[in-house]
Amino acid sequence: MAQKLLLVLFFTLGFYNLYASDAVSEEGKIDQTAFIMGHIRDSHSFHICDIDGHAVGVSLPVILWSEGKLVTFMSGEFHHDTEGHHVVEKDGQRFVLYFDGFNEKVYKATDEAQEDGSYLLRDENGKVISETPLDFSITKNVVTLIMVVVAMLAIFVTMGAFYRKKSNVAKAPRGIASLFEPLVIYIRDEIALPNIGEKHYKKYTPYLLTLFFFVMFTNLFGLIPFFPFGANISGNTSYSMALALLTFIIVQFSGTKAYWKEIVSMPGVPKPVMLILAPVEFLGLFTKPFALTIRLFAAIMGGHIIILSLLLLIFMFKMWVVVPASGIFISFMYLIEILVAVIQAYIFTLLTALYIGMAKVEEHEHH
Amino acid sequence: MTTGIFGAIGAGLCAIGAGLGIGKIGASALESMARQPEAAGKIQSAMILSAALIEATALFGVVVSLMSLSA
Repeated sequence: MAQKLLLVLFFTLGFYNLYASDAVSEEGKIDQTAFIMGHIRDSHSFHICDIDGHAVGVSLPVILWSEGKLVTFMSGEFHHDTEGHHVVEKDGQRFVLYFDGFNEKVYKATDEAQEDGSYLLRDENGKVISETPLDFSITKNVVTLIMVVVAMLAIFVTMGAFYRKKSNVAKAPRGIASLFEPLVIYIRDEIALPNIGEKHYKKYTPYLLTLFFFVMFTNLFGLIPFFPFGANISGNTSYSMALALLTFIIVQFSGTKAYWKEIVSMPGVPKPVMLILAPVEFLGLFTKPFALTIRLFAAIMGGHIIILSLLLLIFMFKMWVVVPASGIFISFMYLIEILVAVIQAYIFTLLTALYIGMAKVEEHEHH
Repeated sequence: MTTGIFGAIGAGLCAIGAGLGIGKIGASALESMARQPEAAGKIQSAMILSAALIEATALFGVVVSLMSLSA
């Protein structure tokens, strides 16, 4: 019974978010694209719910580097304004917050309000061209990342402590160690060993393990639909690009002589073909991390968009019949998303191992 | 509005392509698993890998159509 109640609470809590202020017009109509984008974007404040049209959320620190000075204030000073109307003045500098449909950014405010009431400079197409200060703010995504780091530290330090005890050497794992040991063994024996090879796999296993658990935890944290969770971090290109860049650097630095030789001049290929093949191989170096970036980002972002779109069906049709149908679909999508969260972590790790294995090729004998 | 419609059609085309590709992988993986049950583990990981590669191309399409939708 308690479990069922929890489940109901779990899903209804997500619904509160629906009244995200800027997506609802005065007549109560919902702008779907604004609503969805408002939920999957990174934000300077942590929106929890709306009560009577007033947004309730947690204010997060805004840290800016502007004109050689460090400017800090809480995001609450923007008063939930993302249209560039509310100016925050700090240390003689003026800032506004503006959400362009994709990103929420802090801009330097103009001295006087423009025609549309905002303090932003625009070009003839309506694109904002105001200057942006360097932004080091603790945004919603950063908060969630910190939580993931704390959770992972708590889990893996306790797990490590179990194995460090001498008396535990011959024993079966207990507690949290028994939960994660199969996964660790699986990554070592089924991903690292066959793809990198027996000679080098031990050196790369720690990186692969970190990658797998980090991506898995961020994906899963992003799926929990209520307050301190639910940020769409892995559906953010900066996150996946940072991980792909790490993989890229590690792969290039572990490249053997034979690996570079295969890129510059593949043995056994006639010279004229080389002219076409070498640039393609060279481009291939960069398309691999690019594909890694897009795969993770699009898979997770797509999942969030689908769940939100199914939820929006209720508000588009405004019929009670749609409510249970949409609820069933959402629950179903959630189950698939949990699967996708783990599979994407697995694929990222597997492809990284594969690329490292490709970089570790030995010189072949040619006859 | 028209870009929105084209974006939606593009997303649908992506789904068709990826569906065909992944369906083909699934079918042949099942076939080969039935022929050689002892190699099921290896076939499965190869299957997931190629499914991921196909999925990536579909996701590229989804991203592009999403961008055209909000442009």
